[in-house]
Order: sequence, then structure tokens, then C-alpha cells
Amino acid sequence: MKIVLEHLTKRFPNRNKKIKDEVIAVSDFNFTIPDGKLVGLLGPSGCGKSTALNLICGLEKPTEGKIYFEDLDVTDLEPEKRGVGLVFQNYALYPHLTVRENIRFPLENLRGENKLTREVMEEKVLEAARLVQIDELLDRKPNEMSGGQQQRVAIARALVKMPKVLLLDEPLSNLDARLRLQTREEIKRIQTETGITTVFVTHDQEEAMSISDIIVVMKDGVLQQMGKPQEIYDEPINLFVAKFLGTPQINVFEGYIRDEKAYIGDAVVMDAKGAGDGDVYVAVRPEGFIVDENGPLACNFINREVMGRDTSVIASNEHFLGENIRAIIPSEEEVVPVEGCVRFSLKPHKVRLFDKIIEERIRTES
Amino acid sequence: MKKNLTAWLCLLPALAFLLVFMVYPLVDVFVYSFEEGYNFASQSYFGVGLYNYDYVLHDPYFIQALKNTFIIVIITVPLSTGIALFISLELSNIKALRDFFQTVYFLPYVTNTLAVGLVFMILFKKTPYSDGLVNILIQLFGGKGVDFIDGPYWAKMFVMCFYTIWIVMPFKILILTSALASVNPMYYKAAKVDDTPPFRVFYKITLPMISPMVFYLVITGFIGAFKAYSDEVALFGTDLNAAGMNTIVGYVYDMLYGNSGGYPSYASAAALILFAIVFTITTINLMVSRKTVFYS
Repeated sequence: MKIVLEHLTKRFPNRNKKIKDEVIAVSDFNFTIPDGKLVGLLGPSGCGKSTALNLICGLEKPTEGKIYFEDLDVTDLEPEKRGVGLVFQNYALYPHLTVRENIRFPLENLRGENKLTREVMEEKVLEAARLVQIDELLDRKPNEMSGGQQQRVAIARALVKMPKVLLLDEPLSNLDARLRLQTREEIKRIQTETGITTVFVTHDQEEAMSISDIIVVMKDGVLQQMGKPQEIYDEPINLFVAKFLGTPQINVFEGYIRDEKAYIGDAVVMDAKGAGDGDVYVAVRPEGFIVDENGPLACNFINREVMGRDTSVIASNEHFLGENIRAIIPSEEEVVPVEGCVRFSLKPHKVRLFDKIIEERIRTES
Repeated sequence: MKKNLTAWLCLLPALAFLLVFMVYPLVDVFVYSFEEGYNFASQSYFGVGLYNYDYVLHDPYFIQALKNTFIIVIITVPLSTGIALFISLELSNIKALRDFFQTVYFLPYVTNTLAVGLVFMILFKKTPYSDGLVNILIQLFGGKGVDFIDGPYWAKMFVMCFYTIWIVMPFKILILTSALASVNPMYYKAAKVDDTPPFRVFYKITLPMISPMVFYLVITGFIGAFKAYSDEVALFGTDLNAAGMNTIVGYVYDMLYGNSGGYPSYASAAALILFAIVFTITTINLMVSRKTVFYS
């Protein structure tokens, strides 16, 4: 099922009634979620991503704009008429019902011609339980299970009616680190097996990167960028997206462009063909540094952290914004600071330039 | 050991108080109930046995009191809990004027029993000057007036139950509205997405979630209704036997201090019979609750 959002806007009245300004949770969303894809809505807390999900689900009604499922306008449809499955952040399993009863609950609501017999229900419950691999826990109560298991039950309950769209609100945020890894692979597997168009909300960029087919990055209710994970990582459209994706964070320096060359301080760090003169931010991915005794960028060496697979070099530079520079280099390379100084050259495809005022990407010819 | 001693020392005042004013009288009541013709003044009795119970159980006034008490319990407990639940549900559904209605419904709770009794008198009592507000209304619609306070038994019982329900409702509404407010709204959202019909939402989600509170209200409701007395006095005066509206607690009081009073043995026996009834009912309640009440 393709989901189309057209000029979708949601405004809330301000909590403080004296202030007339409305809070804009979702501002003029225009995009299409292709059929059968796993889409991650990514953004910091309070950016409106849950509201966007609730709009698609129908629990919230948009202030303006339209939502289409394929060609059907569902903007004014109640959630129960949209054929969506929703998984809540805290699972929202009914605590007094067993896993079986929880999963069966949506089926029992079917009325009229859709009414199912006991046997068919039981079959469907088992099928859904098998899909999420909890068929051995059917007679337990939710509080007798781990968070990860509860999450699977919640997914099974959302899937049992075979919805056309599956929506997950921060599905992993209540799990511990190990379970989170496991469950996110599980979500990917279930989505691939069922082929249901799935939208999930997260504030964790790693989570979004690892399982999404498409990532939608949001900030303050405004869509920043939409694309495949690698695309967004490599070609961020603005400084916010560049900083939000990737751990460790991208390293941002204050710099400028003169005569089609990018400078940090006095050092020419890369060519910037086609870019006009002006102040810029020079953002360098941690893996974009090469330790090079003749490199242009001189930094004060602070420390090295050995990870085994690679080594982080912690350094500082007066033009650096933030605490410390973090460069990741292959572990076989030696770092020998000379009088407390280490020099880097930069890999041009790991360096991105952003306008200092509007913080948008400056494209260069390469 | 020393720590233990300090603990006991701290507990001592409360323990002493409980022993003197709770445990000792309870034991005493138990003992009195088996002593025939116990006399306060001379501290003497004729013999020991089940005579007091035999007397009480054959006393027509006690039988009447027992019947009244049971009618009040059976009618008022389910009705007041049910109506309170309904009002609470509606209260949590409305947004406008919610605080106002909550206050209105809570008012009877902070009103004095006797003052409420007086209001009920104005509503129901026939006097030489007026037939009472309710009778005037009945007559307005072409009905025949009835003396609710000194008239037929069913009329008096109606007023009694009406009064009891009205007076116990505020507390129940208070408890139930807060119980309803404590149900996490995400369950309702989940139910909505799953297209759950409203009745099923109530029956399958709301009711189980607030079942501990409903159960608490039923238990305390039963106990409270079995101990009914002051409300009867407020409506029908102190001579409840003559009005035929006595309750078990009223009977106990009459046996001790009433016009026909001075029989602590009979009073004790009646009190123990009440205790046995309340104990049995509460046990049954607890047994039923084990299957129906959900504790998270």
C-alpha cells in the first residue's frame, strides 16, 4: 500500500493559553511512501514524528492537507476504517489478558460479514504468533514476559488482521541494548516476510540507518531530507542532518572558501570548485581523516582510544566547534604526535561544506 | 535485642490503646453473649449457654430488623455502585463543566446526615400543613399521595433505600472517577485502532482495569449497609421498632440503651450474629473476587 502525504500540517493550540501562537508539530509534509517499504521517521525528541505517525494512523486529524492510501483519500477516515496496525511505544498490551487473548482481541472485534469462527481466529492467532516467534508463550500474561517478548506480542496483535499498513511508535526505545539489536532485526525480518508497508518512528539514528529502506529526517515539524540511509549519510542536505546521522558525530570546523579552495584557519583542506567565496562550516566524518605528517590540518593531540578494529584519535583545533575532534583511523596505522601535534589530511568525499548562515550544503564540482 | 526493645516501646501506646478499647471489649461482647441475664450493676448472671441467641432469633423485632437490613443491603449496594459507575463514566467522558458536576456529586458527602434527613423530611413527610414535595408532584400528575415517613412499609423502605443510595454515592463516584482517570489512555487508543465496539471497550478493558476499586467499593458497601443505623434515625426518629424500620445495629442499640434497654446479653448476641453475617458475606466476596478482580 502506497501512502501519499500532501501538504500535511498539524497545529496544536499552545499549552499556555495566554500565548496565541500555535505549536506546529507537522509542517507541510509532501512525500510518498512506496508500497512494501520499511520507512524510518527519524528526528530528535519533540520534532513531531509521533504526531506524523498518529496522523497516518488516524488518531490525530490533520489541520490541513490530505493523506492517501493508494488512491483512496483517508484523511477523514477514523483509524479503525483505515486498516492499519499500530504498535505503541509501551506496547499497550491488555495486562489482564493472556498473550493469546491479546492477539485475538482485534479479531473478536470483527462484526457482520467479517465475523470469524473460533477455529479461524485460533488459526490466525497461531500464525501471527509463529511469525513473531512467541507461539510457545501464548498462555502467559504480559507481565510474565520480557520487554522484547511483549514487543513481539504487540507486533503480532497489530499484524493479526493483516493490515495494509503497519505503524510502530518508538518500537525499541523501552528495550535494553542487546534486545534492541535483536528486535530491530526481527522487525526487519517480519516486514520482509509480510511485505507490509511499515512506518516506524525513532530518535535513534543508528536504528533508523540499520533497518530502514528509506529514512525521513525531521526537525521541529519540518521535513529535512528523505532518502536511502547511505544517501542521507553521504549527501546530507544541511548541517542538522549531517550532525544527526552517524556516530561518532561529524566533526564541524569553522572555515571559509577563497578562490575555490576550502580553508580551516590557514590550512587549505580541500578543493571547492564552483563554490563562491564566503564563510562556511567544514564538516568531516570521523573516518574522513588520514594521519599524514605532511597533512595540512594541524591539531593538538590529546589522546587515542584503541577499539581493536580501529583507533579513535582525540584532538583539538582552535577552529573546531564543540569539545574535541574525533578521528577514526585503521588500527594498523601508528599515530606519532610531534611535540603534541598531529597532522591530518582529509578524504574529500568525507568532507561536506555548509553555508554558515543558512547551514545548507554547498555543492562543489568534483 | 536492644533495637527490638525500642521498636516495641514505640508500638506500646498504640498497642495498649488497641488492647483496652478494641480487643478487650470484643472479647467481652463474646463472653456476654453466652451469659444469661447479665446485669451491669451487679456484674452477675444466671448461667452460661445459647439462651441469648435463642431469644434474639425468636424476637419479632430482631427478625424485622434483620429483614430490613437485608433489603437495604441487597437493594442499595448494587444500585449505588452501578449508578456511581455510570455517573463516573459519563463524568470522565465530558469535558465542559466536569469540575462543576464533580463538586455537585460530592456535596452529599460533606453534608451532615441529620441535615440531609431534614431535607428528606421536607421532600417526603406529610404534615398538617403540607403533603411533602414529592407527594405534591405525584398529585400534580394525577397520582395518589402516600405518606412516605409514617405510611406503608414499602413507601418507607423506598425512602430509606433512596436515602442510603444518595448518601453513599459521592464517595463511590469520587473513587471511581479517579480509578477511571488512572487507566492509561493508550489502551483506549489501541482499542480504537482495533475497531472495538464501545460496550466491549467497557466490558473488556475499562472494567477489568478498575476492578480492584469496584471490588473495594462493593466490600465496603456491604459492610457499611449492614451497619446502617444513623440514616434510619435521621429519617424515622429514634423509635425505629415502632416504625418497623429498625436495623440490626439499631436493635443492638435499643437492647443496650433504648426504652426497652438494659439487656447487654441480648445486645451482645445480636452483635455477634451481625458479625457472623458480615464475615460470611465478606468471605464470599473475597472468594468471588479472586476470579474476577485483576491486580496489575
